[in-house]
Amino acid sequence: MTESLVRFAIGGVVVSLFAILGDLFQPKSFAGLFGAAPSIALATLGLTVAHSGKAYAALEARSMMLGAAAFLVYAALVSWAGMRWKLDALKTTLGLMPVWFAVSFGAWMVLRVVR
Amino acid sequence: MISVKPGSLKESRPHEYVMRFVFGGLCTAAAGLIAKKFGPGVGGLFLAFPAIFPASSSLVESHEKRRKKEAGLQGERRGRDAAAVDAAGAALGAIGLMVFALMVWRLLEGRSAAGVIAAATLAWAVTAGAAWWMRRTLVHVLRRRKTRSASADAAELERR
Repeated sequence: MTESLVRFAIGGVVVSLFAILGDLFQPKSFAGLFGAAPSIALATLGLTVAHSGKAYAALEARSMMLGAAAFLVYAALVSWAGMRWKLDALKTTLGLMPVWFAVSFGAWMVLRVVR
Repeated sequence: MISVKPGSLKESRPHEYVMRFVFGGLCTAAAGLIAKKFGPGVGGLFLAFPAIFPASSSLVESHEKRRKKEAGLQGERRGRDAAAVDAAGAALGAIGLMVFALMVWRLLEGRSAAGVIAAATLAWAVTAGAAWWMRRTLVHVLRRRKTRSASADAAELERR
């Protein structure tokens, strides 16, 4: 419970800091880079190394690559759909969220089978 | 051209900052719990979860809409365009996120964790920035070509 609270506090601060950085910059396409900042990883990797060791954290980072690839596909689709159909941002981002789950878990399962 | 606009921080309302903090905190805590329950393979995926992306995207849209409304314009379309452009930036940032993860995966063992995480963060910034610059250059070149070919067509029509 304490560990989760610590993660919550650190995660909240790091994510907010990157969001503020994103607010500060113009143009919008550059500010958008901060939407895919390694905020959760920065908040959590140090704690993971301290509690579970470097080998465990490295395994998490390996999977994170797949999550990041899924983020790339998801954000590109959100952008394309937004430009193409001028949809409401919240509905588009939430509606396409299953894409992130499908790509990240799909890639993870494929890698498991291949290995 | 990249510029810093400190005044844009005033556009966010206090509840928007609280919302980002809570979303970010919840997603980070959840990533830890998922890793504990399902192992580092599944837990690692969530280190790149688009945690506050929907909320941020929605804020970009509403800020742009508000700005246009204050200028007496109908800003719904512009707000949605701004959110789509912001998402394109996030896609480029995700390329940097992949490089960050690759560096932590390959370099962590046998080295200082703080040093590796700092170097990976720098690599994220450099990769994301380079990807943004390349996309921007490409868009400019394509636009210039389109304009040139349109004016060539117009000149050809005039000649006829």
